[in-house]
Amino acid sequence: MSDTPKVNKAPFDWRGLVLPVAFIVIWYAVTALHLVNTKLIVPPGGVLTTAWAELANGSFYLGIALSLWRDLAGFTLGALAGVAVGTLIGASRLADKLIGPTFHTARQISLFAWLPLLSALVGTGDLSKIIFIAFSAFYPVVLGTLDGVRSTTKAHAEVAQVYGFTRTQLLFKLILPSASPQILSGLRLGLIYAWLATIGAEYLLVNDGQGIGNIVFKGRMAFNIELIIFGLLAIGLVGNAFNRLAELAERRLLRWRAPAR
Amino acid sequence: MSHAGTIEIKNLNKQYDVKGKPLKVLDNVSLSIKPGEFVSIVGSSGCGKSTLLRLLIGLESGYEGEILLDGKRIQGTSLDRGIVFQEHRLFPWLTVEQNVGLGLLNAPGTQAAKDKSVQEHIALVGLKGFEKAYPYQLSGGMSQRVAIARALVNRPEVLLLDEPFGALDALTRSHLQQELQRIWQAEGITAILVTHDVEEAVFLGDRIVVMQPRPGRIKRIVDVPLARTRDRGSYEFAAIKDDVLSEFSHHTHSESVNTPQALAA
Repeated sequence: MSDTPKVNKAPFDWRGLVLPVAFIVIWYAVTALHLVNTKLIVPPGGVLTTAWAELANGSFYLGIALSLWRDLAGFTLGALAGVAVGTLIGASRLADKLIGPTFHTARQISLFAWLPLLSALVGTGDLSKIIFIAFSAFYPVVLGTLDGVRSTTKAHAEVAQVYGFTRTQLLFKLILPSASPQILSGLRLGLIYAWLATIGAEYLLVNDGQGIGNIVFKGRMAFNIELIIFGLLAIGLVGNAFNRLAELAERRLLRWRAPAR
Repeated sequence: MSHAGTIEIKNLNKQYDVKGKPLKVLDNVSLSIKPGEFVSIVGSSGCGKSTLLRLLIGLESGYEGEILLDGKRIQGTSLDRGIVFQEHRLFPWLTVEQNVGLGLLNAPGTQAAKDKSVQEHIALVGLKGFEKAYPYQLSGGMSQRVAIARALVNRPEVLLLDEPFGALDALTRSHLQQELQRIWQAEGITAILVTHDVEEAVFLGDRIVVMQPRPGRIKRIVDVPLARTRDRGSYEFAAIKDDVLSEFSHHTHSESVNTPQALAA
């Protein structure tokens, strides 16, 4: 059996561009006709000029690299911990009774409420940012893993019993693969939260002025609206790129599932 | 060819506790199965036939009496007893050959020998060419064939089948019954089939064990001395089928059954 029919090679759907283009046109018209205070609602031209200046400046790329490094470090930490804890709570009733209540209660606390504590204990350097990012990825990954692990069927467990699976085999050859759709779903959500937390951490735990979040911070400090908007665009584009990559990875890993009609 | 096992069931009793009250599921069941024999077990729902099979495969325990394979008491599950369930129970994230390979995961031998055995058994069940397919790409009948290959790949002494074709359509069922017979003859192992389909039981079994419920026990054992491959439309086949079916009706109708003996009289 060769590859499944490729249904995702449809031509680009131009309808998705209607809203953004209309928005830009209205924005340009409104500022060109001076219908608003152009100090606040800056013209798109101004944003482009600022964008150009930033992109020509080497420190912008350094900033992106730094943001990405924090994001991935924090995400990996949070994701690994999330899968471990999720598997533990999902597979062991004892662990569930011991850890569950604490976990579910702590989950209710808004992540940003942890920041003052974090900066007091660990400072405002990279480490505290990475911890914060790890935290935000942790919760969705635990929940996804928990859901997936609990959905292991008795039918499959009996097959494992018939073929004499050891505990390790049970975990790596049945429980985790069986839970992979839900785990991947949790990881995707964790990735989104991690990126949000990266920007948030850079904005709120300011120390060295590096990173994409810092661009927005600088813009705010200098009342440079163009810079703020540029920062937002950069954040959105990187986040989008992450999501697309994650989607592709998920599709590859879950190619054993029947395609949804 | 794998070595065919001998099964001895002696005074098997099993009960469950339902809301504090004991419910007897199997009552003093005794049965001897010769190596290489194909035994069909028929009965209506609740007669304990599935429980009997699950005790044989080792997924249930807590019984009184003895279950012996080649004279030794069975302890839990083991690779020398294989099973095919009513649902195929394949792992959806594995390909056909990986699923069949599961049967050999904890078996001794080199990887090369295991791979060879996997390919042989995929060919045996008639699925050559589908090694890299995923279960979602297979039909119900094909999936059950993979399950049969998986059950046989480690060359067990006994193959247990729990209503293996119950979830399939009539045409596929009929075809797979023939396939199962061919595979059983090729492998030469002992087979025990649980079914509620009397025709299937007569087509495949050397003997038919008729069970009755509440509590589950053996009512009668019917011999099927017909040569294979059996003709479902033949006179003798119909007579035996009728004979077994009569055990399930509320009144016997031996007068209306035209057995060869009755006609000769």
